[in-house]
Amino acid sequence: MAERLSNREGIRGMINPTRYGILRVAYWLQRLSGLGLLAYLIGHIYETSTILNGKTAWANMLSLTETPGGHIVLVIVIGMCVFHTGNGIRVMISEGGKGVGKPGQPEYPYRASSLNSKQRLCIWVSIALAALAMMYGAGVLFGN
Amino acid sequence: MATVTVPEEKKIDESPAAPAEPKPTTITLRISRVNPSENAEAKFEEFKVPVQKWTTVLETILHVKEKLDHSVAVRYSCRQASCGSCGMKINGKPRLACYTKISELESNVVTVEPMNNFQIIRDLAVNFEQLFSTHKKMKPFIINEESEVQPGTKEFIQTPQDLEKFLQFSYCIKCGLCNSACPTMATDKSFVGPQGLAQAYRYTADNRDKGKEDRLKIVDQSHGIWRCHFAGSCSNVCPKGVDPAMAIQLLRGYLLGFRK
Repeated sequence: MAERLSNREGIRGMINPTRYGILRVAYWLQRLSGLGLLAYLIGHIYETSTILNGKTAWANMLSLTETPGGHIVLVIVIGMCVFHTGNGIRVMISEGGKGVGKPGQPEYPYRASSLNSKQRLCIWVSIALAALAMMYGAGVLFGN
Repeated sequence: MATVTVPEEKKIDESPAAPAEPKPTTITLRISRVNPSENAEAKFEEFKVPVQKWTTVLETILHVKEKLDHSVAVRYSCRQASCGSCGMKINGKPRLACYTKISELESNVVTVEPMNNFQIIRDLAVNFEQLFSTHKKMKPFIINEESEVQPGTKEFIQTPQDLEKFLQFSYCIKCGLCNSACPTMATDKSFVGPQGLAQAYRYTADNRDKGKEDRLKIVDQSHGIWRCHFAGSCSNVCPKGVDPAMAIQLLRGYLLGFRK
């Protein structure tokens, strides 16, 4: 009851990437790719640990990733990894107060300097690099 | 006396047709109705309201209160984006009702709800207790032992450059829109929030102030400044150009040693 009255948006509001522009989309993608990479890391540790059960177990596990489905997962992991790195560097630099603009007299219609073109460009570059890396990865994995 | 004859075609028509008044269009205003004291679920009530191109959302709500249903609860005061009272969620986004024209929403259906991340008092009115208490925790005043006016003391001199470092952040009207849009506030009820953090920066960046260490200690805690992930939503919705996201990153610069 108390929580309902507090009218907190909760996780549903937090993960909603619409309404607040490209920085909120980048925030959402960063979280999503972070969780995806965490899931991949856990799966990867589980996968490689099967080597302890002998060669056959390892070969069986490896054959799972040698399927089209396994390749698609790896292509997505490549994309998540590149985006998370690129956007993460942008966020780290910004969080030190760099690249967020300078304080000054706000002028109508009050466009926030922290949401500047450098920030937007870095986000688009991260997305583009992720797309390129995914295409390259798909070429290697699905090619001859 | 000379007589001037006005040519027939240039004669002023003394009985021109009055310019036609722009016809008001009608929109549907959907108002979220909830009364926590009656333990009732929130529901939407729809009202048909006539609007002109300059009509604001607050004016439509006041039209409903005046002509259709007096029981709608809404907080407002100045009607000119100065008091910060009429913050609400308008078509899904936190905005000031007095500062949002119906025409800019480009929709014939306007939905108004209480701001998220604030306790609801009734209908569109929310409780600002947490916002104000957090604001107070940030020590929103100049801390300087020499600030007491004594005989012989002089005013603090500031250059325009010194003033520019914090002026923008002193325009905060405490409307709460930034806290309502913040994704961290959506899940963390103990988070200081963008409003409080921006005010901490405002006073820290003021060269008359000597309370930087105190304020940095207050924000450098588990539900403090490190919970901000620079989603920029606070700055996106700020109606006064305060840019809390910038203030938070600059404040973090002090903690990381990039700023002195």
